[in-house]
Amino acid sequence: MTAPLDQKNMEMSLKHVRKPLAHDSAKKHVRGTATYIDDIVEPLGTLHVVPGWTRQAVRGRIQSVDLEDVEKTPGVIAVLTSSDIKGINDCSSALGGDPVLAEDEILFFGQVVFAVVAETREIARKAALKAKIDVTPITPILTPQDAVDADTTVLPDYQFRRGSPETGMQAAEEVLSGSMFIGGQEHFYLEGQIAMALPQEDGGMLVNTSTQHPTEVQHTVAKVLGVPDATITAEIRRMGGGFGGKESQANQWASLAALAAQKTGKTCKLRLDRDDDMIMTGKRHDFKVDWKVGYDESGKIRAVDMEFLARCGYSADLSLGVNDRTLFHSDSSYFYPDALIRSRRLRTDTCSNTAFRGFGGPQGMLAAERLIDAIAITLGKDPLDVRKLNFYDGERNLTPYGMPVEEYEVMHDLISQIEESSDYWQRREEIKEFNENNAVLKKGLALTPVKFGISFTLKHLNQAGALVHLYTDGSVHLNHGGTEMGQGLYQKVAQVVAEEFGVSLDKVVITATNTSKVPNTGPTAASSGTDLNAMAAKNAAQVIKGRLIEFLCEQHQCGPEAVHFGDNNVIVGDQSFALSDVAKQAHMARIQMSHAGFYATPGITWDRESVTGRPFYYFAFGGACAEVTIDTMTGEMTVDRVDILHDVGHSLNPAIDMGQIEGGFVQGMGWLTTEELVWDEQGRLRTHAPSTYKIPTASDLPEDFRVKLYEGSGNPKETVYRSKAVGEPPVMLANAVFCAIMNAVASLSPGEVPDLHAPATPESIMRAVQDLRRRKAGS
Amino acid sequence: MRDTIRFLKNGELVELENVGPTETVLDYLRLRRRDTGTKEGCGEGDCGACTVAVGRLIDGKLNYQPINSCIQLLGMIDGAELVTVEDLTQDEKLHPVQNALVEFHGSQCGFCTPGFVMTLFTLYHAASKEKSRKTVIEWLAGNLCRCTGYRPIVESALDACFETVDDVFSWRANQTREKLQDLADSRDIFIGDSSKFFASPATLDGLAAFYGQHPDATLVAGATDVGLWITKHLRELPKMIWLGRIQGLDRVEESPSGVLIGATATFEATEAAMTRLSPDLGELWKRIGSKQVRASGTVGGNIANGSPIGDSPPALIALGATLELQSADGSRALPLEDFFIDYGKQDRGTDEFVTGLFVPRLSGNQAFRCYKISKRFDQDISSVMGAFRFTIDDNIITDARIVYGGMAGTPKRAGGSEEALMGASLDDPATWGAGMQSLLTDFAPMTDMRASAEYRMETARALLAKALMEISGTPAEDLRVLAKREANHDRAA
Repeated sequence: MTAPLDQKNMEMSLKHVRKPLAHDSAKKHVRGTATYIDDIVEPLGTLHVVPGWTRQAVRGRIQSVDLEDVEKTPGVIAVLTSSDIKGINDCSSALGGDPVLAEDEILFFGQVVFAVVAETREIARKAALKAKIDVTPITPILTPQDAVDADTTVLPDYQFRRGSPETGMQAAEEVLSGSMFIGGQEHFYLEGQIAMALPQEDGGMLVNTSTQHPTEVQHTVAKVLGVPDATITAEIRRMGGGFGGKESQANQWASLAALAAQKTGKTCKLRLDRDDDMIMTGKRHDFKVDWKVGYDESGKIRAVDMEFLARCGYSADLSLGVNDRTLFHSDSSYFYPDALIRSRRLRTDTCSNTAFRGFGGPQGMLAAERLIDAIAITLGKDPLDVRKLNFYDGERNLTPYGMPVEEYEVMHDLISQIEESSDYWQRREEIKEFNENNAVLKKGLALTPVKFGISFTLKHLNQAGALVHLYTDGSVHLNHGGTEMGQGLYQKVAQVVAEEFGVSLDKVVITATNTSKVPNTGPTAASSGTDLNAMAAKNAAQVIKGRLIEFLCEQHQCGPEAVHFGDNNVIVGDQSFALSDVAKQAHMARIQMSHAGFYATPGITWDRESVTGRPFYYFAFGGACAEVTIDTMTGEMTVDRVDILHDVGHSLNPAIDMGQIEGGFVQGMGWLTTEELVWDEQGRLRTHAPSTYKIPTASDLPEDFRVKLYEGSGNPKETVYRSKAVGEPPVMLANAVFCAIMNAVASLSPGEVPDLHAPATPESIMRAVQDLRRRKAGS
Repeated sequence: MRDTIRFLKNGELVELENVGPTETVLDYLRLRRRDTGTKEGCGEGDCGACTVAVGRLIDGKLNYQPINSCIQLLGMIDGAELVTVEDLTQDEKLHPVQNALVEFHGSQCGFCTPGFVMTLFTLYHAASKEKSRKTVIEWLAGNLCRCTGYRPIVESALDACFETVDDVFSWRANQTREKLQDLADSRDIFIGDSSKFFASPATLDGLAAFYGQHPDATLVAGATDVGLWITKHLRELPKMIWLGRIQGLDRVEESPSGVLIGATATFEATEAAMTRLSPDLGELWKRIGSKQVRASGTVGGNIANGSPIGDSPPALIALGATLELQSADGSRALPLEDFFIDYGKQDRGTDEFVTGLFVPRLSGNQAFRCYKISKRFDQDISSVMGAFRFTIDDNIITDARIVYGGMAGTPKRAGGSEEALMGASLDDPATWGAGMQSLLTDFAPMTDMRASAEYRMETARALLAKALMEISGTPAEDLRVLAKREANHDRAA
């Protein structure tokens, strides 16, 4: 542990870390000069790949595939089918079941059957429509309930069990139960899925791929092409958004581009059309949650029984981790003395649901908030009082999976700060008065907590590498396994490296993530990008610096304490040298100025089989207070004010962290309000373009939006400069909006728990309103 | 006759001989010029990543509008100045809107950013605008960002877009005006051959004659719909006639009796006149599409393509608008509601085209209300759109025009409900019941991705009730979440 005094001195001398610096590419973004994959200058003769599929089938056996008209279209160079695959026809992350190209079965609406390779993308797109695919339909399984009835899953059931939920429930003074539907979410990264494969010598391939997981793309492409991993290089400088949607879902498109390149010997590019992208790729899992809660008259929870029925789609993909994380977060911030929390990973004939910022956590937490709201409404208490009553504390601090919530005091302090800064109690009174005086419009208010576990729950992913070179002119080449999708990872890591070398930021040259520089990396996911990669890069820089210090000590006959790096110089005793001169001298003295740094998160001991150990290095906390108005005639809703206080430890870059918090919140708000995925009765996705799938736009931003970073004592764990991960936790701040809508609906009939489901579209709100009215009229 | 299109780019004249009938501005930029600053996000004009600015002279003044380049035909920028993100930075000096976005951390992944830059550029150059958050979010509705949550972008706009205009475009505005004047000619454009062409007649008579020869051609005005036939439906549209250069066809004439809207007048160009007809109509106009869509999209096109989900027809029918059509054989007028025969079927002859629309003003004893219900407030297609005009004498309804969108295959009047409300009293809500009840037989709405049949029916009834409540004196602020929001804005200002 760093001593407090050192900490203070260190803080004062920091030059780059903690500064609200702009995103490293900000100037390139605004000029349109930041290069995305579709902007890379294509080699002459580049061909374009478009996936072909049948709009006639959701699930069925393929009887015949007639591609003659596709093949003879002028400009078409090749048509790929599964028989072109020399390696293994699977692009899954690990668990199998994701064919790159269908063999004899259509598994969902959007399954790729073939791929057209043509001179232009337009030719390929038009030709792809000419295939005749005959499929014998099989009645598809579409909803979680269908899958429960058919008892079909992609993975075994899993559960957390603590105490004695059966006797706890019986002993409880009161028991409530209910069901809740939680919708999925389309990522809607602005840059759609894209890959470009450039054939290399000896069957190798350079794949430019818009992915959060270049290593997995590399391995998948090698597997599909039937070549060694080492012949494939995957590279990504930046994505135009990822949000989890490019963690495993980029594999298929990179594989198809590489297959086409393997077959034609030409550079091949595949950029999905937006509609195809939305139809073919996985989304946030949607759930049906059945819950039961036992509690006492004060509102304190005694026992919970929750079952999470997840629609995983046609394959396992990342559903194991996603659904585990749902369970890990089904407590939100509340202590459950006795708990049975069950998860079913249901197989449906729909796209394979995947990672999405929060990775199942948001759904778990939203269900927990439903328990609290139900208790509060039934008891006629304020939901915030019931929340606080059930918070983890000094004695009651064991999660259902056995990990203690050590930082409960941070959680309490943060919530009490926002309770005060948002004027919660005064506004509660004002809202009561508003609702008494308004027949049609009703207001709601909610303050909800966030506690999000940081670390991959798959232990081996908690490692990272970085490659740092110091050149003889004093410039630094920075590379690491983390990918940049807009979250500012590259800039944060560069700040850390600049700090370490004592150089100005312009000396640190950020380079594209590339599997030939840093191998065997994990995905940039689980909010861990900075925690892992900045530590690995720091390690690399420190090692190089250590070698220079050793060299200088020898040269100047001094101890290491006499050597200081700063302002692009190195101070040795009372002498100052330009870093470039030191680097030149070190080079002449044959000192290695390159290092591959490494980091593995300590203390992760989770054992999934035995449900024991510690899954998370630490928790990130937050709190949000939202006020909404609903129209009880139409279900329309506005978010009037939102206050947020969020814990990022000691921020590495407050501007970037604020961006993550605000953006994450708005994305979560979209998930819970306007963003509705609609499948028709046949199982076809009907909302596959921004014309029908509505992510928030500027006017949906709360008109009064107050966001602050929590000022605490930093991360108690030894993370990079005591910062905390920030990518995913803010999504769940949006639970406050959903609970505020719940609160507004509940005002119509005190004591009755509204049957509100997510997303709270106007129609969803009206259903809950009318259901309450019917209940009221009936009673 | 001209067989080229001409436009300005970065101060220079560009003349193109080779322009395909379906080539889009975005494809021209990215594939032909290899200017990759402009991005494709969705290819259907809904995300704004491909936004570019188009400068034209309006009443002699240089005006920049944002457009979605993915669904704009290349031929349609004839006579204009095309501005893309590449043109903004001069001598390595960022444009004020670019600077603000950097300073306020308005980009994260950056993919949507060039589109935002261009929309903000047009706001920066907008002649009259009130510095407010409301103005900004209205301009930004057509640009989606998935990363930032918009707050820093809104702040960038407030910081940069309301300052005195001082950029290379303002410095050379006089030259640009002169060059654009030089480009304005009255020659017909025809590029291609008789089987595949991009044509743009300069006169109405020329159009009538040419369309008479090519009745199988596609008429395009703003291309906010036709663009999708190309990018999404992948339709072959070999013969394209753009109406945008026909002199006088974009007229908006206000008279004491009403407003005459030419077929190629855009939503943008008609907004002020519509607001003067009724504030509700003005609010509706602001929620149709986005700034980009309204800058290109025409009221005439919204009607002529017969879409059942067009948002303007219900309101215009309720107001008693009449439609004017023309062909080589002459012209005729008909009540707008009669134009919509059935789903996908309109009363338009093979060589006939829409020339305009007349919308009468409300008389002193008439009240108009309209409501758009959608999942998202901005840039969304309504699930239910209700428009109501009541004629009231001594608080008694003596005439009612009740029109809905989203309730049938066409925009449709509620005949039964209109009749049932005759003689109803504004003072006695009990007399409204029959009108509400009749909606159940007037319509049999369907379920789709926007809403269920049940929700549509219940909401249609709620909107009628809402209109009657408002006309009877309940303040809109108590009945509309958006009106409440507007009121909050006013208080904040």
